[in-house]
Amino acid sequence: MEVIKKHFFSDISVMLGRSMRHIFRSMDTIITVTIMPIAMMLLFVYVLGGAIQTGTDNYVNYLLPGIMLISIANGIGYVSFRLFTDLQQGIFDRFHSMPIARSAPLWGHVLTSLVSNAISVVVIILVALIMGFHSSAGVLSWLAVVCILALFTLALTWIAVIAALSAKSVDGASVVAYPLHLLPLISSAFVPTKSMPSAVRAFTENQPVTSIVETIRALLLGQPVGNDIWIALAWCVGIMLVAYFFAMRTYKKRL
Amino acid sequence: MVPTDTAISVNGLEKSFKDLKVLKKIDFKVKKGSIFALLGPNGAGKTTTIKILSTLLKPDKGNARVSGFDVIIQSDQVRGEISLTGQYAAVDEILTGRENLQMIGKLRHLSDVNKKAEELLARFDLLDAADRPVSTYSGGMRRRLDLAMSLLGSPSVIFLDEPTTGLDPQSRLTMWEIIKNLKDSGITVFLTTQHLEEADQLADRIAILNDGKIVAKGSAAELKKMLPHGHIELKFSDEKDLQSVGNLLADYETNLNKEIRTLVIVTDGSIKQMTDILKQLETAEVDITEFTQKPPTLEDVFLSIISKKEGK
Ligand SMILES: Nc1ncnc2c1ncn2[C@@H]1O[C@H](COP(=O)(O)OP(=O)(O)O)[C@@H](O)[C@H]1O
Ligand SMILES: [Mg+2]
Repeated sequence: MEVIKKHFFSDISVMLGRSMRHIFRSMDTIITVTIMPIAMMLLFVYVLGGAIQTGTDNYVNYLLPGIMLISIANGIGYVSFRLFTDLQQGIFDRFHSMPIARSAPLWGHVLTSLVSNAISVVVIILVALIMGFHSSAGVLSWLAVVCILALFTLALTWIAVIAALSAKSVDGASVVAYPLHLLPLISSAFVPTKSMPSAVRAFTENQPVTSIVETIRALLLGQPVGNDIWIALAWCVGIMLVAYFFAMRTYKKRL
Repeated sequence: MVPTDTAISVNGLEKSFKDLKVLKKIDFKVKKGSIFALLGPNGAGKTTTIKILSTLLKPDKGNARVSGFDVIIQSDQVRGEISLTGQYAAVDEILTGRENLQMIGKLRHLSDVNKKAEELLARFDLLDAADRPVSTYSGGMRRRLDLAMSLLGSPSVIFLDEPTTGLDPQSRLTMWEIIKNLKDSGITVFLTTQHLEEADQLADRIAILNDGKIVAKGSAAELKKMLPHGHIELKFSDEKDLQSVGNLLADYETNLNKEIRTLVIVTDGSIKQMTDILKQLETAEVDITEFTQKPPTLEDVFLSIISKKEGK
């Protein structure tokens, strides 16, 4: 119906407002997605940083991209937790019996994931600036960083949606987060891959997070990005499209 | 064509989940502005029926119309006419009562959301709790909020799935009042319940759903004529007494339970039968610890209706 299409975006923004309230009222979420990554950044820079050889004079500069990705990955478990609880508690039934687009509640969750991650990334960048982070990147490079982070968020978000739609319990829905927490840790986010044993190194150098971290780091530091950016984009867009396809299929089947 | 005074019409509705046949060809009509109760035990298919009528589920066969619109082909129009209050309160636990109402108001694109929310909070006695998170609400308050949310956007048909299940007696009475008021304001109410008494109190017409089939429909008075007249329950302190009274009343339909030392006697409720039973008990000189006369239960209704159908 025309009316429903007309209100699609305002309906999604109502959904967004709702989930953002959920986030701001959940200390647990704020700690995991913002405070923890910041604490990690402090720990690495001021406690371990002196012992880590990265080849840059400023370790915050080296660390920041990885910390941003950790913050995003940490938020993913909550996306699927929120979606799963909505499905369980029958509020989706209420939405679906109202004259709004069927997909609006789902897009509300996806948009919330984007917006809430953007907020925590900005907070993390501000803290990093206080800690001595500086960037020579121009507007275009920053734009590219924003795009890559957004694509990374979307790719993980759609994976979280699949988990929430197919889970039988809350734990099942949130379990998707654990491997995602690990990926940034086993990458070049904290230390260069050169220092790792060859088997680990083979994994780190070929997993998506490393190429994303390398790209963002190069963009922020005004260095040449090389091939990494295309590998990073291919990973993000590839995962996003596949996950989106399966998520939508599951959503339509389920509801 | 569906006559214009019909709010809901259901024809030959069938629904299965895999091999499980949940609805087996059900038919009924609900008059505009009336209260209709779908009465049935747990697992009868009540929620499934409501989900089909509120466009959440597609039927396998048959069709249903709400306010003249087909629930499958014209689901968007149907959604514009209805409100659903599900079996489990569909409220947002983290938001406050007021925020819940405002959210639904915005999704209904109402012009004066804040004013309407305030009105409903007052009407449903939730003003004091309006700015507390719903997670702190009692079951009755949650139900009232749930219903208030359903009333935003002035639906013409409202679906209430077991609106009083799990409520304390006082909240149940409040809910009954609210439901009667809905009817007075011209809304068609479709509710489900497991309790005969509730259907009797509220509904203009009742359909009894059992195992996916409508086994009886009519007004409360019509249905009551089909009922047995309840039973007498006797409790004994001694198992021997239980046995001897059981033998004594062999002319009646009885059910003897040794574990709880209880004898159930089915009666037609007439003075003649009651006197006869009491006389026999007196001559037996047994020790009866409890004597209760029970009104017919939903179970009795089903048993009697189903056994009549099967020609027993
Ligand atoms: N999504 C589903 N998948 C499989 N079986 C279901 C589903 N929903 C309901 N059922 C089954 O259908 C039957 C009727 O359920 P329901 O309509 O919820 O009954 P009621 O509301 O009368 O208690 C039950 O046996 C229930 O287990
Ligand atoms: Mg039910």
